[in-house]
Amino acid sequence: MGNLFHGYDPSRFFDEMFASPSEVRAHYQRLFERYNDLTLGEFDRKRLVADNSFLTQGITFTVYNDTEGTERIFPFDLVPRIIPLKEWLHIESGLTQRISALNLFLRDIYHDQRILKDGVIPAEIIHSAIHFRPEFMGVNVPKDIYIHICGTDLVRDHDGNYLVLEDNGRCPSGVSYLLENRQTMKRVFPNLFSRYSVQPVDRYCEELLNLLRFIAPGGNPEPTVVLLTPGIYNSAYFEHSFLARSMGIEIVVGADMVVQGGYLMMKTTKGLKRVDVVYRRIDDDFLDPQVFRKDSLLGVPGLVEVYRRGNVSLANSIGTGVADDKVTYHFVPKMIRYYLDQDPILSNVPTYLSMFDDDRKYILEHLPELVVKSANESGGYGMLIGPHATSEEIAKFRDLIAKNPRNYIGQPVVQLSRSPSYISGRFEGRHIDLRPYILFGEKTTIIPGGLTRVALRKDSLVVNSSQGGGSKDTWVLSE
Amino acid sequence: MLSRVADTIYWLSRYIERAENNARMLDVNLQLTLDATILNHRYTQQHWESIIYSLEDTKLFQELYPGITGEAVVEFVCFERKNPNSIYSCLCAARENARSVRELISSEMFEQLNRMYLDFRSGEAQRLFRSSSYQFFKWALQGCHLFQGIADATMAHDEGWDFLQMGKFLERADRTSRILDIKYHILLPKEEEIGGTIDTVQWFAVLNSCSGAEPYRRLFQGQIAPWKVAEFLIKDASFPRSIRFCVASLDHSLHQITGIDRGDFLYKVEAERLSGKLLADLSYVTMDDVFRIGLHQYLDGIQLRLGEISKAIYKEFCEWLDT
Repeated sequence: MGNLFHGYDPSRFFDEMFASPSEVRAHYQRLFERYNDLTLGEFDRKRLVADNSFLTQGITFTVYNDTEGTERIFPFDLVPRIIPLKEWLHIESGLTQRISALNLFLRDIYHDQRILKDGVIPAEIIHSAIHFRPEFMGVNVPKDIYIHICGTDLVRDHDGNYLVLEDNGRCPSGVSYLLENRQTMKRVFPNLFSRYSVQPVDRYCEELLNLLRFIAPGGNPEPTVVLLTPGIYNSAYFEHSFLARSMGIEIVVGADMVVQGGYLMMKTTKGLKRVDVVYRRIDDDFLDPQVFRKDSLLGVPGLVEVYRRGNVSLANSIGTGVADDKVTYHFVPKMIRYYLDQDPILSNVPTYLSMFDDDRKYILEHLPELVVKSANESGGYGMLIGPHATSEEIAKFRDLIAKNPRNYIGQPVVQLSRSPSYISGRFEGRHIDLRPYILFGEKTTIIPGGLTRVALRKDSLVVNSSQGGGSKDTWVLSE
Repeated sequence: MLSRVADTIYWLSRYIERAENNARMLDVNLQLTLDATILNHRYTQQHWESIIYSLEDTKLFQELYPGITGEAVVEFVCFERKNPNSIYSCLCAARENARSVRELISSEMFEQLNRMYLDFRSGEAQRLFRSSSYQFFKWALQGCHLFQGIADATMAHDEGWDFLQMGKFLERADRTSRILDIKYHILLPKEEEIGGTIDTVQWFAVLNSCSGAEPYRRLFQGQIAPWKVAEFLIKDASFPRSIRFCVASLDHSLHQITGIDRGDFLYKVEAERLSGKLLADLSYVTMDDVFRIGLHQYLDGIQLRLGEISKAIYKEFCEWLDT
């Protein structure tokens, strides 16, 4: 009999597993019984098996700014996050609604801009968004889909409500960890799965390939699909390689391809071969040195023109970043009402835009209580968490906001829900979020659950792997 | 198949074969020099020198180490990261290549390579060497063999496989020629005769470096005769490390990739013409010819021609990567 839960304190936060120190939520009961049986030694052995499995499979990310090219494993916590079916159905319908609206928004923005003309979103916000691509005005994209693959970050507040924190509509990453986490959990706790009815996640790659084939130019039923990676030194290379392998498609770098006769071709041992669909995992800026950054060696000169002519399809499309700008984010509920004439199923976190005078005044007066984010940074960078910040940091952001009000938003600190996580010898509560992966093609497919990220540092609200975050397996129950 | 991928897998294979042959060569020679009843200090010195010469890395070695000692040579050939041909460097390079072609090789192949890499990276391999060099070399050889076995059993035998085979056999042919060439660099002690005890021990070590002692004995019933050993390692048709066998296998894979019949003789593909010509030379050359040319000169010529074949392969399948 172990006592890894001994003294566990849900504290004042919404705890995923414990309704109170003595009350385990019903959907965690069987898990509690199993884990409460484990001794520390047994649990440590399981952790070792899990870590070794990640390491030998090379499931690592590259640490930047390290001359040795160090690869680390993404810390994996063995306490899964469990989502009851009813909660999941709510999330699923909310995300489906949201991705539909985002795609309608992008189609509109790159064509008639009705939503701006009708005054629902101030035009200046779009025109000043750094990821807005005016070069793409009037270009028709296959099936009118802009964001094919979306990773939307959800958090739960102190009442357990699911809120949308941000949408990642460019090259969201992390799905390979989700899939590998499940494999690892099955190896380490095989019997636990027989006690629960957990929805499988392994159809993701099949659905992704279906989606990529669906958007092929001219409805080609046998398209050549490739995954474009910046290369093996990119921090997400493992994922790129994993996805290409799982779909059975080629993984290419820019130098493998060339534009010839208006088509995108790849260089093979038997000559040039036409490429129909590119699942690109590099940003717009690096895609084509003739159109975007001139110094980019990662892309293919002329690719954008081939795309414009409809001779190759890209997922995601170019210019989707205008939709995941954190200022645009504020307007997503309005988009849902405008395009779909529906009430949003999932709410946003309340957001103040420092470009508006009243909001800016509020933000500047309440900096020590707010989270301030830059509109286009990710990975937990460019962010101020007021209650945890020093007075120098607050002064720095005051300055940044004054210099570039368009670029900052303020939000009240959401006390993210917590989940028991293994911390040196016992379980302690740590804050978590959830990134479901949404595929928007012939139909909308959301892999049950998503990647649960956990801030392993005590009291930290930042779950990014670059800032000491780890991940957990996420179970959606099928009953 | 992407040209870059073909090139990557070809080199992945060469690096592993190179690591394996380095381990073979050092293992045998390290044991040889331990045989103090036969070998004196001056002699062991020459022995280590001959290894560095045969690897053609003398210049780099001299930059990194003050003098040729057993320890320095072992460090240089096994663990030195500044030596791109050390076992550790070869494994790093092979793993890096494997990482970029994981969609083509099997997961099991990557994991095997990754395990070996992680053991070097964590210092486990170095610890094993310090506690027993014998165990270390055995571990390294087995690791490489395991990789080849896993590849054979789990990877599709398609175009990628043929590039893997070409890399392996081209590298192996080159390494066998270098191991054989070590004997040229080793001078016999003055008082010793050709065919004497030390000479025989040396030839036996050469055979052993190629795992050739057992098949050789079956073929020649025990007699270790220098010219026989050379003939066996150059010309034997069925021993998988003889130069002829390697070039025949390389030639086979090349034709598999191009789809051109081996009896075509039109040689539209330069690499095929070169490998076919070398294979014919190896098949029809006599040992009298070899000794007339001089063993060292002959082996040198083979290494040069292998280099030309490698260049021609790149030109045929991958040249436009540079454009």
